[in-house]
Amino acid sequence: MTSLLAHEIPGGAAWSLQLRRGRVLKLTAQGAGANCSTLLFAAGDPVDRLNVPDTLKAQMSARVHAPMVLMSDRAAALCSVTGSSLGWHDCLGGHSLDVHLERFGPSSYADDRNGWRRSARTGLVGELIKHGRGPADLHACVNFFSKVQPADDDAASLAFVPGHASAGDWVTLRAELDVLVVMSTAPHPMDDRWEPAAVLAEVLEGEPFGPDDPSVTFRAESGRALAAARAVFA
Amino acid sequence: MTAVAEARTSLDVTVAAGDGYAGVIPEGGRFRIVDLCGNQAADTLFFDAADIGNRYSAMDTVREQGAVYLTTGSRLMSSRLDVLATISADTCGRHDTIGGACAQESNVVRYGMHTRHQHACRETFLRYGAAWGIGAKEMTHNINFFMNVPVTPSGGLTFEDGVSAPGKYVEVRAERDLLVLISNCPQLNNPCNGWNPTPLRLLGWQPV
Repeated sequence: MTSLLAHEIPGGAAWSLQLRRGRVLKLTAQGAGANCSTLLFAAGDPVDRLNVPDTLKAQMSARVHAPMVLMSDRAAALCSVTGSSLGWHDCLGGHSLDVHLERFGPSSYADDRNGWRRSARTGLVGELIKHGRGPADLHACVNFFSKVQPADDDAASLAFVPGHASAGDWVTLRAELDVLVVMSTAPHPMDDRWEPAAVLAEVLEGEPFGPDDPSVTFRAESGRALAAARAVFA
Repeated sequence: MTAVAEARTSLDVTVAAGDGYAGVIPEGGRFRIVDLCGNQAADTLFFDAADIGNRYSAMDTVREQGAVYLTTGSRLMSSRLDVLATISADTCGRHDTIGGACAQESNVVRYGMHTRHQHACRETFLRYGAAWGIGAKEMTHNINFFMNVPVTPSGGLTFEDGVSAPGKYVEVRAERDLLVLISNCPQLNNPCNGWNPTPLRLLGWQPV
């Protein structure tokens, strides 16, 4: 696949891009413990965005993995997870807020220059505003490269799994509509270390796919969400 | 006359199958949802009544309590990590907040095109929310009281028959003035309402 764009997002930073339908966004962890809190929108649509609960219940999963499709509020596939070196990407833990940084002590631009610690929320909202959006557009994110595992107990207790991702771990997302992708590489909110790792974002030319595509055939629900994406512009 | 130190009942309404409700619960007030006939999902959203941008957040709630299921003691957090409400009583024992609400569009994905025009929770949320300035952008991932969505250590998730039964209830204490938005789930295509949607009763008590 032809690489159209490559951009390394430093650890603890935020970035956004519009990804044209059919193209592929490949995210590659550049260090251990990487996290990429990711929001998805139908580009140009005022409201349609990723709906993690609908994505999970339609595909009977509490984690994001290939070849699932990531569905919107209007049940269109925004992206298909076409491949990954990891079988689990968290989507229950949400993104970090300023309160999660308090355990690491004070940090400011004045003291730390561009190494200052900022929450994922700060970065995500900052990017959203650049696209004419704002805090009301926040939704449950996917935390690529992170794992939060439910226990087999009465509460389904959640535990962050340290060291889930290593340098070189990757995931590919095929855009099923023109999408806006908003990302923060701040550490996962349940990670008790502040060791943000960079993430390489590459845009690749996609390849045509047919009815035997793994995301189409994964579940009947996945195939119908892909059909709904094709029907958005009738 | 003797002062009676007893909370006043200020709300007692029955929400028919497939209908909704929106109203304000004052800070310190108690709000109870009764599953009158059993196995009836009560899709519920909470907003800070003074600022609907400060809304319930499912993922912030499960992360901050370190567990997926909601029950007595669960603090229902906003997207700014304010505690909106606390579950103060629960005779059911387990409630879902990661399964979301049904919608006409997601019904198509889950069950097929023949369900596109069946009534769904998102329709009720948007209809009742409109008067309060709540549109598609202000919506968020909800709580499904009385719904059972087990998750497993291997990352599986299923919709199971309810753990609720006739007369079971859940009660929250409002930690600030709250707007509550409810859809009494009309879903006919899975067991979340026991295949037969039934009424809910809402009870509220003013702060003592």
